[in-house]
Amino acid sequence: MSDLVTLTIDGKTVKAAPGTLLIDAAKASGIEIPAFCYYEGLTLQAACRMCLVEIEKAPKLMVGCTTPVAEGMVVHTDSPAVAQARKGTLEFLLTNHPLDCPVCDKGGECELQDMVFRYGAGESRFTEVKHHVDEKQWSPVVFYDGPRCILCYRCVRICNEGMGVGALGIGNRGVISEIIPNKSDHLECDECGACIDICPVGALTSGTYRYQTRPWEMQHVGTICTHCSNGCKTTLGVRDGVIIRGNNRDRSGINDEFLCIKGRYAFDFVHSQERLQSPLRKVGDKFEEISWSEALEVISGKFKAALDRGGKFGVIGSNHTTNEENFYLQKFAREALGTENIDHHRTGDVATLLDALSGKQDVLATVADLYKAKAVLVIGSDLAQQHPLLSFQIRADYRHHQAHVYAVTAGPVREDNYAAKSVRVTEGGELAALDGLRDLLAAEGDLTILFGDAIKGEAVGKLVAFGDSLGIPVKYVCLVDYSNSRGAYDMGLVPGPGGMAYDQMLASPDLDVLWVVGANPLKNRALVGSKAFVVLQDLFMTETARQADLILPAASAYEKNGTVTNVTGEVQRVKTAAKVMGTKTDLEIIGLIGKEMGLSVGIWKQEKVFDEIRQKVRGYNVPVPVLTTGGAAQTAAVNGRVPATVRPELIRSSRDTLFTSGTLGRYSKMLSSVMEGPGKIFGE
Amino acid sequence: MARKLFNEPSPLEVKVISKRFGIDNSESLDTYLGTDGMKAFWKAREMSPEQIVDEVKASGLRGRGGAGFPSGLKWSFVPRTNPKPKYIVVNADESEPGTCKDRLLMEYDPHQLIEGMLIAGMAVDSHKGYIYIRGEYRYLIDHMDRAIAEAYAKGWLGKNIQGSGFDFDIYTHSGAGAYECGEETALLDSLEGKRGIPRLKPPFPAVAGAWACPTLLSNVETFSAVPAIIRDGGPAYAALGTPKNGGTRMVCVSGHVNKPGVYELPLGFNLLRVVNEVAGGIPNGKKLKAVIPGGSSCPVLKADECDIPGDYDSLAKAKSMLGSGGMVVMDEDTCMVRALVRIIRFYAHESCGWCIPCREGTTWLRKILMRFHDGRGVRSDIDLIGDLGKGMLGRTFCALGDAAAMPTISFVEKFRDEFEAHLDGSCPHGKAHELVLSSH
Repeated sequence: MSDLVTLTIDGKTVKAAPGTLLIDAAKASGIEIPAFCYYEGLTLQAACRMCLVEIEKAPKLMVGCTTPVAEGMVVHTDSPAVAQARKGTLEFLLTNHPLDCPVCDKGGECELQDMVFRYGAGESRFTEVKHHVDEKQWSPVVFYDGPRCILCYRCVRICNEGMGVGALGIGNRGVISEIIPNKSDHLECDECGACIDICPVGALTSGTYRYQTRPWEMQHVGTICTHCSNGCKTTLGVRDGVIIRGNNRDRSGINDEFLCIKGRYAFDFVHSQERLQSPLRKVGDKFEEISWSEALEVISGKFKAALDRGGKFGVIGSNHTTNEENFYLQKFAREALGTENIDHHRTGDVATLLDALSGKQDVLATVADLYKAKAVLVIGSDLAQQHPLLSFQIRADYRHHQAHVYAVTAGPVREDNYAAKSVRVTEGGELAALDGLRDLLAAEGDLTILFGDAIKGEAVGKLVAFGDSLGIPVKYVCLVDYSNSRGAYDMGLVPGPGGMAYDQMLASPDLDVLWVVGANPLKNRALVGSKAFVVLQDLFMTETARQADLILPAASAYEKNGTVTNVTGEVQRVKTAAKVMGTKTDLEIIGLIGKEMGLSVGIWKQEKVFDEIRQKVRGYNVPVPVLTTGGAAQTAAVNGRVPATVRPELIRSSRDTLFTSGTLGRYSKMLSSVMEGPGKIFGE
Repeated sequence: MARKLFNEPSPLEVKVISKRFGIDNSESLDTYLGTDGMKAFWKAREMSPEQIVDEVKASGLRGRGGAGFPSGLKWSFVPRTNPKPKYIVVNADESEPGTCKDRLLMEYDPHQLIEGMLIAGMAVDSHKGYIYIRGEYRYLIDHMDRAIAEAYAKGWLGKNIQGSGFDFDIYTHSGAGAYECGEETALLDSLEGKRGIPRLKPPFPAVAGAWACPTLLSNVETFSAVPAIIRDGGPAYAALGTPKNGGTRMVCVSGHVNKPGVYELPLGFNLLRVVNEVAGGIPNGKKLKAVIPGGSSCPVLKADECDIPGDYDSLAKAKSMLGSGGMVVMDEDTCMVRALVRIIRFYAHESCGWCIPCREGTTWLRKILMRFHDGRGVRSDIDLIGDLGKGMLGRTFCALGDAAAMPTISFVEKFRDEFEAHLDGSCPHGKAHELVLSSH
């Protein structure tokens, strides 16, 4: 391309777009200009002075992170003067930085260590007394060790710019400058821990991870967070089968930098003392531990007896189990048990949206699309609470691309802070309010519409008609609640022709078997007047578990392989990070029940089931290499196998906040320990 | 009644901007109007903005805050036709050690500063001005507020000034005690209510300054010189000084002289003559050892380097700076190690902490120097002190790091013998050192 600027870096001819920063141009051509404060996507600071380079004809060393490339520029990043400057900066940094690397959490993955190793002097000339202040705890999640802080201000910026929270600032001046929390001695924020992850040194440390291990003693398992529907990659640090840390430093997921408190810290439910680790059978008012083989025998007996007398089955699946498990469950229910009474807790009307969009191309937005959209319309959702990654993406789109954001919600949302227009409606009035935005939206280059459970049933069709009428490219995201809510739909965990929905199953007086896999439908109700034999597969002794006749201890999403589909219809792999003794995956449990009954519907290996999904579920013929390399593959905008006649009145969001996660969230100590929890939606 | 003068004037002074110092009620608007005041305002009303800027260019006026940037050029950088509001900001955060002139200009002749701002406003199409006054000048903020109130009361500020059709408002704003806020962009951040740290440049304030609007930001003395320049013409002002160094400037002489004070001298006035003639020489017949010519951030000059013209270019040739006009004179009994400790303690205290080399470098220097001065130095410290200065020079975010580095490097280079003499634990000047240098 002719409009590129040509320059020379370390003798290498480099081309870059005008305005490219030297540090980025160098990086793109494989040359490292080291820096602490420079951070892609955040505002420029030029504070650390680590990126000084020599530019011919410049009177002094120049800052690589703020100097744009220029035609004919000749840059040296490895000259003696540059090496000397880097050595000097590192020597300065180490004057007050404690050399407590042996006990520092960051030891081994510390950018300061790496820099000193690569660019620093072998010994320090500093013989004075170091400045010291005591460590502070700002929240159950965040600790700040001032002396280790090198004041790169990454934390301040990620909190303010990235999260839109602005909970961190700088206090004092000179050598006693320090990062300070927004409430003088503590934090009130999203507790996302982004500040901790982005800290290049061990100044900010996490309440869950600090002083637990050395980083090299862990295995790192990149998997998908099992809480909300956004599908963030979280890399779990595992030592001796125990998950110790969740973070996202390799930035390889669709969420890049982002994780919320759930993705970073709410993995702790896995090792909760309350996990079920043995099958339990109700005897009288109590549960008795039984062996897996006994349990399977009992279930097989009950199921077969019901089958033999032509009894009624009810099957309720999960928003958290994998696509393979959901597919296998409905297949077993339909083919082996011969029932269409299959359902799950539906949190958004994906089915109607897919029907309304059928035949259209390029109409489902991915998470990446949200960063590129020229305009975004949020309807009926408090994204920062319910869909924090989507909120983060839209904020980044606004910061970097000046996207126009519109919010039509029942109360204040974080998007108001930068929205082109915010409209307040009473709940249910969302759709009606859109006409007032018609002219503004039609003037946009393109639009992505995100809608929550306020738009369902017929309203979805009307929304798509509204989108069509704007005359601009429009994409949609139907907001659903949980990590595999979307997949549960797509795999067919919905009633077939003549089948009962879950409310009917729970109220049915003549149901013979109620089989609940990873759900808590009896959270707020008692199963009265039912003669059903209730089998539950779950992690904890939930309200439903207490009313079950037989409970099977299931593995969580962090203890199995498989795939899940996020809110934007992107399929990603989950991987086994930990094992909890006594549990089995839901896929294996279903397979074993079938085997015990002699009614197998195929082998229950995850890979085999996924192959079948790719063949049989419309839209799921996604490229396997994308998944196996840790990527996200978007499903096509076609209605899988879901009948369009859904009962919209059953679709409702659980309205989880940043600090709640359905039944699962109760068992995360970290989620329940922060003072911000349980949080509010729409500032209620 | 006459305000008590800060110091007796010298017959060698050329009084242009300090000509009202000592007149009865010099701070009142009536006195000002009776002594050529506001004549330049009316003259400027007849001129086009371009003509005003050209006049300032012709005057050879250079920024009096320390950097010496040509003022006319700076005025021409302000995009006059930009639809955003434009601001005039006066830097009255006079904090450079050894400097005390802005204070006198505001105290004795506040309306001259106001007139300078009005003319600047006309030149760049600005209708709002801020005077950012260092917090330690509390009494001066009140004083300036009174002058501004008087100007409003008598129709010299506000809407349609004196029926001229020109609107202008002025506000004072108090600093909070940070030297760093004398740096123009840190000042703007502070003015906007943020933490006073310098901004990335470009954009320069002329393009995006206060609230990201075009802003003409200069020192009190610079704006105070504008009325005289417009009234008498740029060339006349320029002729007072030397080529490229137009006019006069306020020289603040402190230290070992018989008559310390602030004197208005033409640019190019010989430094040695300032010491010996204007400021009355060194007390007790002592010999001159060194001069810091323009505030503590300038490289020090040895006595034999001082026989040079006091203008921007001559000082640059002598590898020092004219700076803020704060001339610190040191006699032969001065302990240069102690002097440097004093200077570095100041910069370590005032470093804003934004960038690593300044934040860590000034503090490290302070620690070494205090130890060294207290007789616990080792020979390698001397090189280290110089090295640390060089490690900061040109590598910091703003000029504060340079301000600490330049005296450090020059003190060690020029007075190495005194540093070496301290190694045996005693000061060669034979004085008992008072070790009052508490760690700060």
